[in-house]
Amino acid sequence: MTKQDKPKGGSKVAKWTRRSFLATAGLLGGGLALGLTLSPNRLKMVGAAQASEGALNTWVRITPDNRVTVVFPHSEMGQGAGTGLAQMLAEELEADWDLVEIEQAPVTEDYTNSDLGRGYIVGEGANIPAFMYPMLDFAFLQIAGGVVGQMTGGSTAIRLTGHHGMRRAGAAAREMLVQAAAEEWGVDADSIVARKSMVLHEGSGRSATFGELATKAAEYTPNLKPRLKDSAEYTIVGHSKPRLDLPQKVNGTAQFGMDVRVPGMVFAAIALPPIRDAQATSVDDSAVSGRAGVGRVVNLGDVVAVTAESYWAAKRALDDLQIDWHGGRTNLTSALVRQTHENDLATKEREVMDDAGDVDAAFASGTVVEAEMAVPYLAHATMEPMNCTISVTDDGAEVWVGHQNMMFARNAVAETLGLAPEAVTMHPQYLGGGFGRRGDFDWVTLAARIGGELRQPVKVVWSREMDMTNGLYRPAILARMVGSVEDGRITGLRSHYIDASSGMPDSERPFAFQYDVPTRDIARVKCPSPIPVGTWRAVDFTQMGFFHETLMDEMAQAAGADELAFRLAHTSDPRIRTVLERLGAEADWGKDLPDGTAQGLAMVKSFEAIVAQVVQARIGSDGGVRVEEVTSVVDCGRLINPNAGHAQVTGSVIFGLTSALYGEITLDGGAIQQVNFPDYEMMRLAEAPAQKVVFIESDEAPGGLGEPAVPPVTPALTNAIFRATGTRIRELPIGKHGFHGV
Amino acid sequence: MTTTFTLNGAGVTAEVDPDMPLLWVVRDHLGLTGTKFGCGIAACGACTMHVDGVATRTCVLPVSAVEGARVTTIEGVSNGENLSPVQQAWLDHQVPQCGYCQSGMIMAAEALLAENPKPTDDDIDAAITNICRCGTYDRVRAAIHSVAKQKGEAL
Ligand code: FES
Ligand code: FES
Repeated sequence: MTKQDKPKGGSKVAKWTRRSFLATAGLLGGGLALGLTLSPNRLKMVGAAQASEGALNTWVRITPDNRVTVVFPHSEMGQGAGTGLAQMLAEELEADWDLVEIEQAPVTEDYTNSDLGRGYIVGEGANIPAFMYPMLDFAFLQIAGGVVGQMTGGSTAIRLTGHHGMRRAGAAAREMLVQAAAEEWGVDADSIVARKSMVLHEGSGRSATFGELATKAAEYTPNLKPRLKDSAEYTIVGHSKPRLDLPQKVNGTAQFGMDVRVPGMVFAAIALPPIRDAQATSVDDSAVSGRAGVGRVVNLGDVVAVTAESYWAAKRALDDLQIDWHGGRTNLTSALVRQTHENDLATKEREVMDDAGDVDAAFASGTVVEAEMAVPYLAHATMEPMNCTISVTDDGAEVWVGHQNMMFARNAVAETLGLAPEAVTMHPQYLGGGFGRRGDFDWVTLAARIGGELRQPVKVVWSREMDMTNGLYRPAILARMVGSVEDGRITGLRSHYIDASSGMPDSERPFAFQYDVPTRDIARVKCPSPIPVGTWRAVDFTQMGFFHETLMDEMAQAAGADELAFRLAHTSDPRIRTVLERLGAEADWGKDLPDGTAQGLAMVKSFEAIVAQVVQARIGSDGGVRVEEVTSVVDCGRLINPNAGHAQVTGSVIFGLTSALYGEITLDGGAIQQVNFPDYEMMRLAEAPAQKVVFIESDEAPGGLGEPAVPPVTPALTNAIFRATGTRIRELPIGKHGFHGV
Repeated sequence: MTTTFTLNGAGVTAEVDPDMPLLWVVRDHLGLTGTKFGCGIAACGACTMHVDGVATRTCVLPVSAVEGARVTTIEGVSNGENLSPVQQAWLDHQVPQCGYCQSGMIMAAEALLAENPKPTDDDIDAAITNICRCGTYDRVRAAIHSVAKQKGEAL
C-alpha cells in the first residue's frame, strides 16, 4: 500500500524541490495538496494554490482518482510512525482508510528553521523523545522525524506534527472539500457531510468523491482553525490499523540503507582504531594491490578504508592490510572508570538536583538502608550495522542513509565537506533499528570523509565488530543510595550519582524519586565518560529506574511491608495509583508460587507515560534465571494505534531484559572487549517470556511509548531474583552476582 | 571460478571467488538485497536462506558449497503477488517492527513449518534462534502457530 517512487539510484523518495513538486501536481491533472510553509518567521498551513511564497511541505495530497496520500516528514525505524500520523490526518479528513497511502517526505531546506522549530516546541511545552535530545535545534517536523509519539517513544510527532499539524491539515482539507461541493451544488455547507472519502448532501441525495472535488477545493485558503472532531467520534484513531510499511517488510522489498545500490558504486570496509584514539601511521597494502575487484585504500589516520566490487571483497582486502596503529589510550580499563566514579563521588563537589528537609536527621532515627549500585556501558546493537552511501562531486553530495535526523545529518555532511547545506541531497531509507544510535552523526561524517577522498559513489559499511566496538554507549554509572524508614514510612532518601552526560536534558528529571518522600538529598557529580556515550533507548531512566526501584524494594523489606502496598502507601498521584492497583490485579500479585520462583515489581514514569511491571522468574540452583512472565500496565494517555503500542511495550521488555541478563560493554587496554553477538548476547525467542500488556484507557494527552517500558523491567526482574533467592542485585548485569539467563 | 546453482527457481552462474559467502554473492553480485547482513559469523540469522530446503546462515557459507543446489531467498517465497501463508501470518500478526531481521525470521519459520507442520512451543524454541533486536519474538511464535493451525484446518 505504501507508495514507492523508485527513481534512478534506487531511493524510495523522489527528489523534490518545491517547483518540481508543484509542477508535478499540475501534470497529475489537478487535485488538492495541503501542507505547511515556513515563510520568514511564521509557520503557516496552506494549499498548493497559495504556496507561491516559501515552499509547500505537503502533508496531504488528494488526487482525482480519490486517493489520499499522507506525506510524513520523518524516518521509520520500526514504530509505524507514518501509519500513526496518517491515522490522525485521515480521521479528521473523514477519509476512507482503505484509500489512504503514506509516503516519506523528501529532506528539503524548508524544514530547517531552528528558531521556529524550537519556538514551536517550547511554545507547546511538548515532551521531547529521548532519542531526539541531540537535535533540539532542529525544526519540529524533523524532531517528529525520528520517532513518533504513541508508537515510538516520544510524543512529539503525535503532539506536534500529529496533534497540531496532521489533524488540522485533515480537518482543513475536509472543510475545503465540503466548501467546493456547497458551491458546486448551490447548497449550504452546513447541510453537507463528509464520510469515507465522499461528500454527501442529504437533502438532495447528491454526492461526490473527494477526488472529484479536490481540484476545485485547492483554490480555497485553508482554515487554520478548522473544527476538530470529538474523540468520541473517532473511527480511525484509537484503532489498530495495520501498519502501512509492513507489506514491504515481509517480502524483502523494504529498502534499508544497507540495500541501496547507486550506479558506479563501490563498497568500502573500514578499520577503526583497535585502541581508543590510536592513529594509523602507515598502511602496507602490498598483499592486496592489484587484486581483482579491489579498488583503493584510504588512510585518514583515525580510519582506514578499502573499496571493492562487493562488501566481502572489501572486507577481505581490509583484513589483509598491514596497518600500523600507534598510540591510543592503552591505560583505559573498566576498572579505571569505576575507580574514577568512586573517587569523584567521594571527593568532588556535588550539584544538588532536588532537596527537601534534613536527611541526616531522618537517617539518625530511622532504619537505614544503604546501597552502592552500578550499571555498565551498553551498546545499541541495532540489527542493521551502521552504513552510509555517499556520492561526492565538485558540486555537492548525495547521501542515502537511514538516520533518525535526516536534516542534521545533511548539515553534518555539508560541514564535513565544506559544502553549503543545499548542495547536499538526502535520500531517506528505512532504519534497521535506531534506539538512539542512528541519531548521531559520527558514522555519517565518517562516510562523508571517505566519500570526499574517493570522489566516487561509495557505500561505507561497518562490520558488526566495528559497530559494536565503536558505539555511543549508554554510560556506565555509579550511585550511592541511602533510605530510611520508620513506622512503615520512608523518612529520608539520599541519591548521589555520577552523571556521564548522555545528552538528556535535566528538564526530564530522570533523577527525581517518583514516590512521596518528604526529605530528600539528590545530587550528582558530573564525570564525563572517557569513551563516547549517547542516548540509549530511555536514556538516563534506564539506570535511575534501576537504582530507585531497587532501593524502594530494600526499604519495603526494611519496613517489613509488601512491596506493592509499600509503593501505594507512598503514591499520591492518582494516575500512578491506578496503574499500580491495576498491575496488582492483572499480575495476581502475591500469588502462591513454587519454591525458587517469585514475582518482582517496579514502576517508572518517563516521557509522560507510566509503566509498572511484574516479572515472574524461576531461579535454578545453578543461578540460571528463567523469566517466565512479564505483565505491563501502561498509562500513556490516548493511544493512537493499540496494536502498534502493544508491540512497542513487548519489544521494550525484551530490550530491557536483554540488558539485565547479558548487557555489558567493558574496556581493557583501551579496547572494547565485546566484538560481536556471542560476547554481547541478546535474548532469543526461546528465553522470551509470556507477556501481558494492559493499557489504562485514557483521554489524557499522548505520552511516549517507544521507551517507557524499558526502565522498569530490569528492577522488576532483579527484585524477583531477590524474593526468590534473598540475593540483592545491585550491579548489572545479573552475571555480576553469579546469575545467568536461561 | 564459476559456481552454478538455482536461485529462486532460475539457474544462475556466479563468476566470483569460490570462497565468497553466498550472502554476498546474492546481495552484491546478483542484486537481491532482501536477505540481510547482521553479524557475519552465523550468530544472528539475518542472512538465512534455504539451501535445498534447509534454513542456512549464508554469511559463512562459501558459494562453492552450493554448486548445483537449490537456493531460495525471501524474494522467492511468495508466488508472484501472492504471499506465502507464513508471510500472510506475519502481516496478520503485525510481526515486524524495524523489519531488518524479518527476512531471516520468515525463512527460518518457512523451513520449520515445511519440516514440521505442527510445531510445539519447544520445537519453535529450538528452530528459531534468530536475533530480533526489536523483540518481536512473541508475535513470531504466535504467527507460526497460526500457520500451523490453518494448515490443520485446511486438511
Ligand atoms: S549475518 Fe549471518 S548469521 Fe548473522
Ligand atoms: S524487527 Fe527489528 S530486528 Fe527484528
